[in-house]
Amino acid sequence: MADTERTFFEYLVYVSENHSPLDFMLVADHIDKFFYGALLTIEITVLALFIGGVMAIPLAIVRAYRHRWLNAPIFGFTYLFRGTPLLVQTYLVYYGLAQFNFVRESFLWDPVLSSPWWCALITFSLNTAAYTTEFLRGAIENTAKGEIEAARACGMSPARVMRRIVLPSAFRRALPAYSNEVIFMLHSSVVLSTITLQDILGVGRWLNGRYYLAYEGFITAMLFYMALVFLISKGFRVWEKHWLGHLRARTAVEN
Amino acid sequence: MDSIWEYRNLLLAGTAVTVQLALASLALSVVLGLVGAAAKLAANPASQKIAGAYTTLVRGVPDLVLMMLLFYGGQQIANDLGSLTGLWDYVEINQFIAGVWSIGFVFGAYMTETFRGAILAIPRGQIEAGIACGMRPFLIFRRITWPQMIRHALPSFTNNWLVLIKATALVSVIGLHDLVWNASTAGRSVREPFTFMFAVLVIYLILTACSDVGLRWLERRYNVGVDRA
Repeated sequence: MADTERTFFEYLVYVSENHSPLDFMLVADHIDKFFYGALLTIEITVLALFIGGVMAIPLAIVRAYRHRWLNAPIFGFTYLFRGTPLLVQTYLVYYGLAQFNFVRESFLWDPVLSSPWWCALITFSLNTAAYTTEFLRGAIENTAKGEIEAARACGMSPARVMRRIVLPSAFRRALPAYSNEVIFMLHSSVVLSTITLQDILGVGRWLNGRYYLAYEGFITAMLFYMALVFLISKGFRVWEKHWLGHLRARTAVEN
Repeated sequence: MDSIWEYRNLLLAGTAVTVQLALASLALSVVLGLVGAAAKLAANPASQKIAGAYTTLVRGVPDLVLMMLLFYGGQQIANDLGSLTGLWDYVEINQFIAGVWSIGFVFGAYMTETFRGAILAIPRGQIEAGIACGMRPFLIFRRITWPQMIRHALPSFTNNWLVLIKATALVSVIGLHDLVWNASTAGRSVREPFTFMFAVLVIYLILTACSDVGLRWLERRYNVGVDRA
């Protein structure tokens, strides 16, 4: 094919379709869809982390102080959500709830429980709340006893001790575990693509199905996820440097 | 509840597939983890780089993406290679194998970190003492490194295993007839998806709770004779 009429763009398409292991021009044609998918992934992940995080703070406090009646049910909640796969939890909410007439007839059905977006958000929020509750509880329990005694000796009320002494240092101690939780939540968000939503993986699956391809969509999705994880770890490193700076000299093993 | 009893064989068969998948992936991940830890601790910079790239890749990519890549893409690569070299005819990667390799690959990276940390936690002086007593490298590994490595690795190993069991649910998405797949099929056919998914939830809870109890027992056993503050 020695036609000089061909533009560079046509040449690229030709190479991409015939001589490249990956049809990169096809991916480039649909790259906007991947960005929309990334938006959905980020949207659900961020919202779920926010809602779950807000829920986790009171739950962790109750667990750390072993409230007489509330401790056991909260432990039951975290055990249930941490002991079972997120995929099953999501299926249970999205496919399962429709089994009950009273759910389908309730006011929540139409805008919320029949929509995959809401079902995913509810399940993901509860799931991350369960994990966050447990490691935040550990961080609260590890508060140095002297700090609390000093605060009490200064005349602080229990609520003020919590707000000024316990929580700020517990958040700091929980930060490394939380960065893992954020990355796990991003990884888990692939469940979105199994309940008909077009997240990053959903777009990859759509592309492969539409053009009957084996890897283009998945590899693009993979690169998108890697980029997001890279950004998250970078962000947390900056954050940790800021909030945990005072602890750095004392760690024996630098990592 | 009657429908669950009616479909009990299907659910049990699915549970068996899930457990087999989890155990096979665990075996692969332990092997990859030991190799990865050895590579990270070796003095060779190249092996450190490769092991580092491996753990970074796994941390960056969700397991379902790798699984689909392997299941759909791996098949194509295997067949392209086969026809290119003429070494083998058509091969088919089934869902079970794709599941074992992708889950094993992912958790191999987590096991790498587990074993690396566990080996680093053994005081160097103990190994030197072993050498001073005239022990051979294998005897040192068997008597000093291995028992203590297990002890240090167990908490994180337990954690990895619990996450691994839950990760097996994803294999139903590529169509393996595991617990989740069987239950959702049965749930659809009798129009009781909630009942069946709830049964799956309970079965997973039993699996994780039993392994939790078992591994904690093992942890106590390997910690006999260790002083705890």
